[in-house]
Amino acid sequence: MKFSTLIVAGLSLVASASAVLADDISGAGATFPFPIYSKWADAYKKASGIGLNYQSIGSGAGIKQIQAKTVTFGATDIPQKAEDLAKFGLVQWPQVMGGIVPVVNLEGVAAGDLVLDGPTLANIYLGKVKTWDDAAIVKLNPGAKLPATPIVVVRRSDGSGTTFNYTTYLSAVSPDFKASVGAGQAVEWPVGVGAKGNDGVAANVMQTKGSIGYVEYAFAKQNGMVNTDMINSSGKRVKPKLESFAAAASNADWNSAPNFNLVIVNQPGDASWPMTNATFILMYSQPDDKAAAAAALAFFDWSFANGGKMAEELDYIPMPEAVVAKIRSSAWTTIITK
Amino acid sequence: MSTVTENLTLAKSQAAQQRARVLLGMAFGDKMFAWATKLAAYTVLLVLAGIIISLIVGAWPAMQTFGFEFLITRRWAPQLEPEPVLGALAPIYGTLVSSFIAMLIAVPFGLGIAIFLTELCPHSLRKPIRLAIELLAGIPSIIYGMWGFFVLGPFLANYIEPGIVAALADIPILNTVFGGEMVSNLSLFNASLILAIMILPFITAIAVDVFTTVPPVLKEAAYGIGCTTWEVVNNVVLPFTRVGVVGGVMLALGRALGETMAVTFIIGNSFKISGSIFAPSTTISAAIASEFAESSGLHQSALILLGLLLFVLTFFVLATARFMLMRLEKRAGA
Repeated sequence: MKFSTLIVAGLSLVASASAVLADDISGAGATFPFPIYSKWADAYKKASGIGLNYQSIGSGAGIKQIQAKTVTFGATDIPQKAEDLAKFGLVQWPQVMGGIVPVVNLEGVAAGDLVLDGPTLANIYLGKVKTWDDAAIVKLNPGAKLPATPIVVVRRSDGSGTTFNYTTYLSAVSPDFKASVGAGQAVEWPVGVGAKGNDGVAANVMQTKGSIGYVEYAFAKQNGMVNTDMINSSGKRVKPKLESFAAAASNADWNSAPNFNLVIVNQPGDASWPMTNATFILMYSQPDDKAAAAAALAFFDWSFANGGKMAEELDYIPMPEAVVAKIRSSAWTTIITK
Repeated sequence: MSTVTENLTLAKSQAAQQRARVLLGMAFGDKMFAWATKLAAYTVLLVLAGIIISLIVGAWPAMQTFGFEFLITRRWAPQLEPEPVLGALAPIYGTLVSSFIAMLIAVPFGLGIAIFLTELCPHSLRKPIRLAIELLAGIPSIIYGMWGFFVLGPFLANYIEPGIVAALADIPILNTVFGGEMVSNLSLFNASLILAIMILPFITAIAVDVFTTVPPVLKEAAYGIGCTTWEVVNNVVLPFTRVGVVGGVMLALGRALGETMAVTFIIGNSFKISGSIFAPSTTISAAIASEFAESSGLHQSALILLGLLLFVLTFFVLATARFMLMRLEKRAGA
């Protein structure tokens, strides 16, 4: 008797939960923007009563979900090529941006003490620069106290949009890296240990003396990690902060990138942080459920209009006004919601 | 008179009919029961066949592309265009070596604990120690992974492993096996150690169970003619319980080969074959767990093929163990 009551109670719980979900906007994909999408969703629910059910299952899985039409929008850190979009009738636009920072764990080294440039960073990840007192690092950091200990290289073990943007940057600045490793979500790293997720890399770097890793800026900041400065493509030393990410974002040439297919690493400009990345939304131009698509677009529209400050609070960079205007006038007009 | 007989025969035939009906009902029930059990048993076979078939279907593109080369290729480069280069040698090596080291540690430890518990331990301590070991088996593997990642790994890398590396630096072969230009928290050895702790309760629990089945009279007789505890264990207890002990060890090996979450956390996930056990490595299950979600196309197919290989590998190892067991039994019987 009791057991059957339990089952009935369980079923009704599931039923009520799915009744709630029925009105929510459904999306799936990248883990990187999950915190900001959640924050926007909370605020949007208060403002409109409509919630968001976002599964942060990874960019690749998000693309598969939208292709299978199980969600209203997919989210990916990796912009899709025109032919892939056309094949499924998908529309793409960037929603928010972030930055990737190198983080280190060295005794006596505080945030911003060290500076690296792209080729040196690539050589560390190629296993060519093996110790902290290597001539290449010393040359960039005269006067810094660098130990003769080996560099423990930490990178992602799971496929990830962060790795895609990071390896795209290293490939852009180092022909060696491009030839022997290349860019991708999961690549054949010549050296190092792999940890799962941004949090795994962060935790591993914090525990291992003499290590270096790469994480999304938000993770580095929230964990109080020691980041390095970078020499950007204009040869200037820049610090990872909202201003330098925003500088890179505004220098990115979205206008000449059809379908917003643009990886915004290594942008020109004196103040640009070299490893800035955008995260993208995918939706059908002719959605089966037009009302759901309209609801999703309303949410993204509201986020562009009201979400900038919230994004900055979580160390994301809102899209520049001009880009938002272009998204509204180009990508969104191709989605049929009526 | 005749009516009485008639009534009697009628009653008899009614009783017979009723009995037949009841018996029929019982026979039907029995048949249903037999069918139900048969269905349950065949369903397992069906599920097993289904898993193998879907693994083969999923792995087919990778099998066609890489063929036998897949087994002997050391590279794992999913990023290459237009076609990735993927080989299973590194994960197979990591799986076998990590399980081997884990068994090397866990089998003597596990059997030692079991012998202590059944032969030497004071009665009052027996229960608590056994309970503690069985609790080890109940800890979810993710907890082992986190503990290995946050506690054991840093401890070994900061205090233990540098000493071992330095001490063996001048001895050939050993300075390769225990060598390391880069000792980090995540390594093949650390993963093996965690695996050893995880499989210890399987070995101990089963060994304790089978050790207690040894007839006391045998042991008493052995002690009576002046055997030491070691001699009793070696000559009476172990030969008597060999099959059960090997069974427990097999179970443990099966778990070690397939363990995923804890290993993914601490093995370092590097597709490199290094002579050193202090270097990061990967296993088949760790590779699948790490990369499957973000994989597509040939990369995903290769991961499924890895899964199929693990399936075959586990089957092969367990079958070999069973075969050895059969020969042991035969020899013991002869």
